[in-house]
Amino acid sequence: MAANSVPIFRSSRGRLFKDNLARYGVTGGGLMVLVALLLIFFYLLYVVLPIFKSVDMEEQFKYAVNADSPVVALGIEEQTEIGYRFAENGDVRFFSAQDVGENKAGDELFVERLSLPAPITAAASVSTGEEMVAYADESGMGVIVKPQFRTTFPNDVRVLTPELAYPLGSEPLTFDPQGQAIKQLAMALDEESASVVSLTEDNRLVLAAFSAEEDFLSGDIVWTPSHTTIETHLAGIDQMLLTPDQNHLFVRGGNKIEVWNLRDLYNPVVKQVIDLTQKPSGVSTIGLLTGASSLMIGYQNGDISQWFEVSDENGRKFQRIRGFKSEGAVTQFVSEKGRKGFMTTTENGRVGIYHATGDTKLFGEKFVDSAGDALALSPRHNASLMEHDGNVYFYKVENEYPEVTISALWTKVWYEGYPDPQFVWQSTSGSDEFEPKLSLMPLTFGTIKAAFYAMLIAVPIALAGAIYTAYFMTPKMRTWVKPTVEIMEALPTVILGFLAGLWLAPLIEENLPGVLAVLFLVPFGILLSAYLFNLLPKDFANRLPEGWQAAMLVPVVLFFGWLSFALSPALEELLFDGNARVYITNELGISFDQRNSLVVGLAMGFAVIPTIFSIAEDAVFSVPGHLSNGSLALGATRWQTLTRVVLLTASPGIFSAVMMGLGRAVGETMIVLMATGNTPLMDWSIFQGMRTLSANIAVEMPEAEVGSSHYRILFLSAFVLFVLTFIFNTVSEFVRQRLRERYSSM
Amino acid sequence: MTGGAVSASLVAVIGLLLLIAWRGLTYFWPATIYEFDVRQPNGEIVQVIGEIHDSEEVPADRLRQAGVNLDGYEEEFVKRYLVKTGNREFVELDFRWILETSIVDRRIPENIAVFERSKNGNFYGYPQQVLENGQPVATKDVVAELELRIDRSVELNDKALDLQNGAIGKINYELERMRLQERGLVLEDNLTQDDIDRFTMRRAELAVEYQGHETNLFSYRDQMRRDAVIVKDMRGEQVNINMQYVLDVSYPNAMNWPQKVWRWVVQVGKFISDDPREANTEGGVFPAIFGTVFMVMLMAIIVTPFGVIAAIYLHEYAGKNSVTKLIRIAVINLAGVPSIVYGVFGLGFFVYMLGGSLDKLFYPEALPSPTFGTPGVIWSALTLAILTLPVVIVSTEEGLSRIPKAIREGSLALGATKAETLWRIIIPMASPAIMTGLILAVARAAGEVAPLMLVGVVKMAPSLPVDGNFPFVHLDRKFMHLGFHIYDVGFQSPNVEAARPLVYATSFLLVTVIVTLNLTAISIRNHLREKFRSLEH
Repeated sequence: MAANSVPIFRSSRGRLFKDNLARYGVTGGGLMVLVALLLIFFYLLYVVLPIFKSVDMEEQFKYAVNADSPVVALGIEEQTEIGYRFAENGDVRFFSAQDVGENKAGDELFVERLSLPAPITAAASVSTGEEMVAYADESGMGVIVKPQFRTTFPNDVRVLTPELAYPLGSEPLTFDPQGQAIKQLAMALDEESASVVSLTEDNRLVLAAFSAEEDFLSGDIVWTPSHTTIETHLAGIDQMLLTPDQNHLFVRGGNKIEVWNLRDLYNPVVKQVIDLTQKPSGVSTIGLLTGASSLMIGYQNGDISQWFEVSDENGRKFQRIRGFKSEGAVTQFVSEKGRKGFMTTTENGRVGIYHATGDTKLFGEKFVDSAGDALALSPRHNASLMEHDGNVYFYKVENEYPEVTISALWTKVWYEGYPDPQFVWQSTSGSDEFEPKLSLMPLTFGTIKAAFYAMLIAVPIALAGAIYTAYFMTPKMRTWVKPTVEIMEALPTVILGFLAGLWLAPLIEENLPGVLAVLFLVPFGILLSAYLFNLLPKDFANRLPEGWQAAMLVPVVLFFGWLSFALSPALEELLFDGNARVYITNELGISFDQRNSLVVGLAMGFAVIPTIFSIAEDAVFSVPGHLSNGSLALGATRWQTLTRVVLLTASPGIFSAVMMGLGRAVGETMIVLMATGNTPLMDWSIFQGMRTLSANIAVEMPEAEVGSSHYRILFLSAFVLFVLTFIFNTVSEFVRQRLRERYSSM
Repeated sequence: MTGGAVSASLVAVIGLLLLIAWRGLTYFWPATIYEFDVRQPNGEIVQVIGEIHDSEEVPADRLRQAGVNLDGYEEEFVKRYLVKTGNREFVELDFRWILETSIVDRRIPENIAVFERSKNGNFYGYPQQVLENGQPVATKDVVAELELRIDRSVELNDKALDLQNGAIGKINYELERMRLQERGLVLEDNLTQDDIDRFTMRRAELAVEYQGHETNLFSYRDQMRRDAVIVKDMRGEQVNINMQYVLDVSYPNAMNWPQKVWRWVVQVGKFISDDPREANTEGGVFPAIFGTVFMVMLMAIIVTPFGVIAAIYLHEYAGKNSVTKLIRIAVINLAGVPSIVYGVFGLGFFVYMLGGSLDKLFYPEALPSPTFGTPGVIWSALTLAILTLPVVIVSTEEGLSRIPKAIREGSLALGATKAETLWRIIIPMASPAIMTGLILAVARAAGEVAPLMLVGVVKMAPSLPVDGNFPFVHLDRKFMHLGFHIYDVGFQSPNVEAARPLVYATSFLLVTVIVTLNLTAISIRNHLREKFRSLEH
């Protein structure tokens, strides 16, 4: 607009003020649009970014503990306020892990000395899961203890009181019926059963299995033991691990690991012997991951490898899955609770944090100068304790989203229980031990597939329609067609989705040959009628109004559409033995979903057509008239003019139309949500469904826990959609701007 | 060939609209009730009463392969009917397929009645007797007697509902407010003995009031239970249907054309004004209509000023610089960003961030249960306002650009400031264009579902966002929406077959609204174009 140079009268100060106010107000309002877009961008980014934050661990407290007897287990409770230490001689000490209120870090809160009939000779803690410690004595007797924390709220202040619990009772239990001294222990326990494997002085391995039974009279729980001897072939036993489900026992002797199946308590069998003697370096220690499906093996040279059972033709066998590298031989594995991560200590005093399925080392730093005696991680993974040389170090750990790494999101991952590495999206499940599988590949693939089929249908129809409407059609008919297309654009996608899912999908399933025939017969019919039209006597043809062919073709389209459906049963008999669906499944070996890509393609194509149509039509229509007139005047036919002049000039506009359509197809939600089975598959088959990024958000967002990895990944997929469509839209807008400038200069 | 593409699209659009209209409207038409004698595979003949819901042609070969006995049948295809038999509590499925070959006889008896019930769907059968307190009522005209008693029961039901939602709802609402007030005072450490006494007294008053209403409610319910009707169903058994579940009875086979038309009109009216029943698969869609309209109005109030100001800025104030270019790109992108992304943004930013902060500031007494920190109608309106902002901007800008330059210059030359020109001349002239933009925005918002699923729409809202309890408009409430209703009933309901006609009807309603809005917008725009074209010359 022209600059405002109106003379202002003196009495008009108020008016001038108002004018300026309006100017700033309106400018501010205009900028709001930009602000809104930026706000969306940065807010999405703000939610997404934390998942890519690097892991951090820093020392906060250091204090001395009573280290008269070597440590068996070190631990810290959920609130990270109280730590505990089980010593080999039965000394149990609870202490303040950090400064809380009046308690200074390291203050002892509760001390107890366990006693057994004879002197304690062995102690062991569980390998993963809830912390528990077993003690055994010279006479083959033992006890299982567990740290416990009672929460009370006197005066509305939360107070944690530590205490010791005896899940199997405080009376000594018989670990070895022969009453030999016990050298080494392994144990696992749940509500109904407990297993303890003891290595006795005379080198027998004894499995003591306890099962809980309710006493008829008193209603008390009674634990009845049964004992079995395990015949190991290993020369010497260095380490024993029992899985929490008590089904597997790993016994390591040097570089050999025996895997025992304890499912049959009376008849334990060796399932597999993992022989690592051929490896360049010896085994330093082994450990288990949460869920107990994975065995971690640490080598003297700092290598770490993860093993789990994989099914092949010879049954389920433990197999090396992936490796990690640590700087120094691992002396202890600590598994994260509820996740597939683990921490390590090495002989040179380094601490490492890894994520197994994420296939990454997240953190590694040297904190002390020789191997730590014990390492512990809090249940919420936010604090860690390490004992070294009579001191306990308290570390704050920031490691909220270890499972989200670029490789976990975009590459094949070998999950526990899967036969090979795969792209999997499975975010939730009923069980607690479940590991979320968050590969964005199947969703991205689904998005691309849906958009591809939609574009396959929409682009030819929309472009051909746009060219005809802009170039050949009479203005009168144009005033009818354009509003119709606009209404097509305005149709709610939920209705298209509903029709696609509940009307079109069964229709296609029933009349598959008919629908396929429509795709061929209708274009054929149109060509045929064009040919027939050409054959008509000249004077008759000339009398037909020019530019109304579209209207005349409506009956043709209807007729051939009807014909295809009428032929459908006959075609089905002829080509597919009378049942297309069964034929495709059985004979061609393609699985057939009722709500498949064909349905999505048709429905979404329908939704995308108007977007492409209106922009393309605009581009073709605004090609300057003198260009085509000139071409016609030079003797070119209308068809030549169209293909060589008009389309060439308008091609950037057409390109931008297709881009806009693609943007819309990528982000469309309701149609895919309703017209596909929403299974995250990776398969180009037209007869199968898919799950797209957008539909996935709609399905899972309402139940994602705020702030969890799942929640943030859904935001990430929204962000990906945002960026994708941003690129499509901006490019196409840019192209259109350029085109407009070019037209105006012509 | 290119012309064919146009005609194919036209056929598709118009065909689709006709399909929805046909399916949606026939749902209310009183269908003929047939009585079939059907031969079972074991030779037994069974009576089936119901409406023909659908029919299809099945190749005879396929049936033979499936083990159906088609001896003596020559044709290649067999017709198969999907019959809606109702009587859900007595048969396994209320829909069944019947082969034409197995039908021995079909009749259209005039005295078959269709009972519309509040539980278990329709019931088809012959009314035999009316019972009062378990005793048969001596009457000659069962039909008239039945009519009378249904009216009575429906009236009682209305009264009971009024009481429950009106007076009793009010008491509950006040009790809840009082609890929050008390909790608020406790949090502020301001709870005095006076307050406690006041609350206790008011609670006692309300309890008494409540007792009174409850007695009334129970008496209504008792009265409703008085009558019953004995109906002979298709199994030939006498079924006792209590009148409290019966909403309506009709005899479609005995109706003539005008009666059917009238019945159709009544049914359409009910559909629009009733509450949904049976997990939304039966009854009306009134709360969904109300929710949609309310949310859209709220959105319109939010989006109009912003959209118009942004358009005025772009057209009247913005210079030709990079900021303007950026804003234009922003507008295009706002229009192109997938709606689900708005939903995610709305959920994170509006609901959790803004709503969560509002709760902490103003509603600490209700925590941890959120007031605004949960999806609600205001957040839906805000989210959709951003979504439809570009629609308003583009349309308003188009309107502004059609106003001839001479008009502006004339105003400025007469000494008006720019703001005055805008306010007095330009905006009034552009108002039809603004209106167009608004209508298009409303049409877009009414059809949008994906973002709403995240920021406030629910399957079944217990109360409307507007009611008689202070402060009358509850912006924090969740609401029902026509589009989501379609998705929910069509895809999440346990009995899809039974719900499908209702989904068509709802779709038709939604499509009608949206197409009408769009046509209005288009015609206003065309009118405008004509007007300004004449102005320029």
